[in-house]
Amino acid sequence: MRRWLAVYAAAFFAFLHLPLVTLAAFSFNSSRFTVWEGFSLDWYRAMFENPQLVEGAWNSAIIALAATAAATVVGTLCAYGLWKRRSPALTGSMYLSLVTPEIVTGISLLALFQWTFRWLDWRLGMHTVILAHVAFSVPYAVIVVLSRLRTMNAGLEEAAMDLGATEWQAFRYVTLPSLIPGIIAAALLALTVSFDDYVITSMVAGVDSETLPMVIYAMARRGASPVINAASALITVVFGLLILISERMREA
Amino acid sequence: MKLRTWFLLPAWLWMAALLAAPMAIVLAYSFLTRGTYGGIEQPWTVESYQRLLDPLYVAIYLRSFAMAAAATAICLVLGFPAALFIARASRRKNFYLQLVLLPFWTSFLVRTYAWLFLLRDTGLINSALLALGIIEQPLPMLYNDGAVLLGLVYGYLPFMVLPIYAVLERMDLTVEEAAADLGARPLSTLFRVTIPIAKPGIVAGCVLVFIPSLGAFLTPDLLGGGQTILIGNLVQNQFTTARDWPFGAAVSVVLMLLVAALVWTFLRRQSESIA
Amino acid sequence: MNILEVRELVKQFPGHRAVDRVSLSIPRGAFFSLLGPSGCGKTTMLRLIAGFEEPDSGEVLLGGENVNSRKPYERNVSTVFQNYALFPHLTVRGNVEFGLRRSRSTDITRRVSEVLELVRLTGKENRRPAELSGGERQRVALARSLVLRPDVLLLDEPMAALDPKLRNQMRLELKAMQRQVGITFLLVTHDQEEALGLSDQLAVMNAGRIEQAGTPREVYLQPRTRFVADFLGAVNWIEGVGVRSEAMRIERTPQPDIRSARGVVEHSAFLGDRLQVLVRMTNGEQAVAHVPRTGPGFEPGEDVHLCWNAADEMRFA
Repeated sequence: MRRWLAVYAAAFFAFLHLPLVTLAAFSFNSSRFTVWEGFSLDWYRAMFENPQLVEGAWNSAIIALAATAAATVVGTLCAYGLWKRRSPALTGSMYLSLVTPEIVTGISLLALFQWTFRWLDWRLGMHTVILAHVAFSVPYAVIVVLSRLRTMNAGLEEAAMDLGATEWQAFRYVTLPSLIPGIIAAALLALTVSFDDYVITSMVAGVDSETLPMVIYAMARRGASPVINAASALITVVFGLLILISERMREA
Repeated sequence: MKLRTWFLLPAWLWMAALLAAPMAIVLAYSFLTRGTYGGIEQPWTVESYQRLLDPLYVAIYLRSFAMAAAATAICLVLGFPAALFIARASRRKNFYLQLVLLPFWTSFLVRTYAWLFLLRDTGLINSALLALGIIEQPLPMLYNDGAVLLGLVYGYLPFMVLPIYAVLERMDLTVEEAAADLGARPLSTLFRVTIPIAKPGIVAGCVLVFIPSLGAFLTPDLLGGGQTILIGNLVQNQFTTARDWPFGAAVSVVLMLLVAALVWTFLRRQSESIA
Repeated sequence: MNILEVRELVKQFPGHRAVDRVSLSIPRGAFFSLLGPSGCGKTTMLRLIAGFEEPDSGEVLLGGENVNSRKPYERNVSTVFQNYALFPHLTVRGNVEFGLRRSRSTDITRRVSEVLELVRLTGKENRRPAELSGGERQRVALARSLVLRPDVLLLDEPMAALDPKLRNQMRLELKAMQRQVGITFLLVTHDQEEALGLSDQLAVMNAGRIEQAGTPREVYLQPRTRFVADFLGAVNWIEGVGVRSEAMRIERTPQPDIRSARGVVEHSAFLGDRLQVLVRMTNGEQAVAHVPRTGPGFEPGEDVHLCWNAADEMRFA
C-alpha cells in the first residue's frame, strides 16, 4: 500500500505545484499565446515599464511596511500580555478576526471609515488601507509571537525579578532577546499577508491608492496576459523567500 | 499597573476600533434603510432581513453551502492520503510538509490566477488538448461552477492536510500493527483504525476549509466570471454597484452568524472530546 | 507435536545480526519464555514469528507449515504488545471484538463475554482504554488476543509497564489463565524471576543466539555457559569458579572438609527473607552470600570463612 501512497503523493505534489510552475515558465515565453516560442524576458520588461503595475507595487510596499510595523508592535505586546495572563476576550477576538470572511472584514471597515468621514475631513486613501491592513494582520502576529513565547520558560523572568529586575527590565533583557526571531517571523508573515491582500484592500482603497493585487486583479478580469504571469512569478519568488526566512526564524 | 496590562492596551484599542466598532456599525446598518443616493438613512427596519427570505437569495445561500460542502469533501478525499503519506514518511517528513506549504504561502491571488491561465479557452490545457487532436473546439472550463470549485479546492487544500497530518503524526503506530496482528488486512486497518483515530484532525480540517469557502469572494469572482454568485459576491455587489448597504449588511450579519455557529459547534465538540 | 518451530533463523539489520541461526521447538500447550538482556534479539524473534519482520534465512513453522511468506494477518498467531496497543477509539468490547469480524454476531457476544470473564473484566465492556488502569489495559490486550484462539500467543515483556506489586499478582493470574485455556504462550522478557516462575520451558538468548534451552530447573542448576549461569540468579566468581550466593555459608571458624575462602565482612543487609552479606576476600575479590536471617548476624570488620560444597561449583571452558 505504501507504493500506491507514494504514487498518489507524487501526483498530489504535482497538482499543487504544476500550475505555479507552468505560470512561471510561460512568463518567459516570447509569444503571448500558450504555445512555447522561445525564451524571452520581454514580459518582465513590460512589467517594469507598466506605470500602473509599478505604482501599484510601490503602494503595496509602503502599505505593507507601515502596516507590518504597527501590527508587529501591537501583536508582540499583545502576545506578551496574553502569555502572562489569559484574556478570553482578546483571544476570542483574534480568532474571530481570523475566521471572519475577508469580504465581511472589508465592508465592515469600509462602513467604519465612511462613518468616521462624517466628522473627519478624510477620504479613502493610503491611510485607510494601512489601517485596514493593521486590522487583519494583528492576529497573525499575535499567533506567531505567542507560539514562540510558549516555548520559552516563564520562570526565567521570575528569576530575574527575584534578583532585583523590574517587570520592564525582565521583559527587555530576559525575554525580548530570545523573542527576536519570533518577532521577525511574525513581521515577515504580516508582510506577506498584507502584500497579498486583495478583497479587503479593494473595499477601502481610494483612487490614488491602488495596490499591486488590485492592478493585477483588474488586468486578470479583462483576460489573462503574460505580463501577469511575469508579475505572478516574481511575487511567488519573493513571497517564497520571505516565508522560508520566516520559517527559519521560527525554528531558531 | 502591571506591565502586561500596559502591553495589552494597544490590542484592546485594536479590538475596539478595528474589530468591534466596524461589526457594530454593520449590525446597525442592517437595520436601517437605503438612502436615495445609496447612503444610509433612518427609519430602522427589518426590511433587509425580510428580503433575505426571498427564494432568490435563499438559493444563493444554499448554493454557497453546497459549494463549500463540495470543496470540503473533495479536499478531504484528496488531502487525507497526502497527510497519511507525509506522516508515515520516516525521514523526510519536514521536507514534504514544506512542499505542501510552500505554494500555500505564496500569493492567493497568484494561485487563483494560475487556474485562470490554465483553464481559459486559449489556456494551456485547451491548447494541449487541441494540439493533440483530442478535441476540436476548446472546452469551456472557465467561468463556471466547476472552475470555482477547483479554485476553492486548490486554495484551501493545505488547510485540510495540516490538521490531519498533525493527528496522524502523533499516532501510536503499534496500534496498526496490532490490527494486522488481529487479522485486519491493510485496507481494513485504514478504515477501522487509522481513519477513526484521525477523526479530530479530519473535523478540524473540514472546518478550516468550509468556513473560508462559505465566505469566498475572490475565487468565484475571478474564476466564475459573474456566473457564479455566492454569498461573498452578493455582499461585495451590495456595497459597490448596487449601493444597497443595509441589505449588504444584513447578508453579512447572517453570514457571520453562520460562521460563528459553525465555529462554536466545532469548539464545543473539541472540548467535549478532550473531557 | 511442536506447535511452533524455528529453524536456523537469521535476521540481519544494517550493522548487526539480531538473530543469528536460532532454532527452537515449542510444544503445544506449553508456557515458553525467551529470556535475555536488552538487545539480545528476543523482541526481533517475536516479530519474526508474528510476521512483522521477514527472516533473511531459515524457517518459521506453525503447526508444521512454513509461514515465512505469510503476513501478520494471515498467521494464526496473536501478540500482546509491550504498550498493549489498545485501540483508543474503541471500547473494551470494541477492542476485544476487533478480530472476530467474520463470525456470527450471537457467537461474538458469547465469546467476548467468556474471555472478559476469564481476564476478570466483566462489567467494564463499555469503558475506553483511557479510563482503565495499567493492569486493566493489559487484560484487555490479553482478552483481545485470546478470543481469537491463536495457535500461539506472543507476549512482549507484558509486565514491564506494571508496578512491582501488580507484577507478581499478574504473574500468578497469567499462569493460571494459560493453564485454563491451554493455548501455547511464548513470553519474551529480561526478568529472570518472571521467566523462571512462569515457564514450563525457557531459552536464554544472548547476542542473537540461544545459549541454552530447557526447563527452569535445568537451566538454573546446570547452566551450560558462563553467561547463562550469570544471568540467572546471583553468582560469585572465585578464581574462575562460579558459586551461587545461596550456596554459600558463612562460618566463624575454619571448616576443614569443604571448600572455603577467608575474608572480612564489609556489609550485612537484612532483606526481609534473607541476610545478604558482602565479604571482601583475602585475594581482594568480593563475594555475596545469601544466608538465613534466623542465623547469627554479622558485623562489618568480622573475620569469616565463606564455605560451599564442591558439588555447587560451576566451571566453564
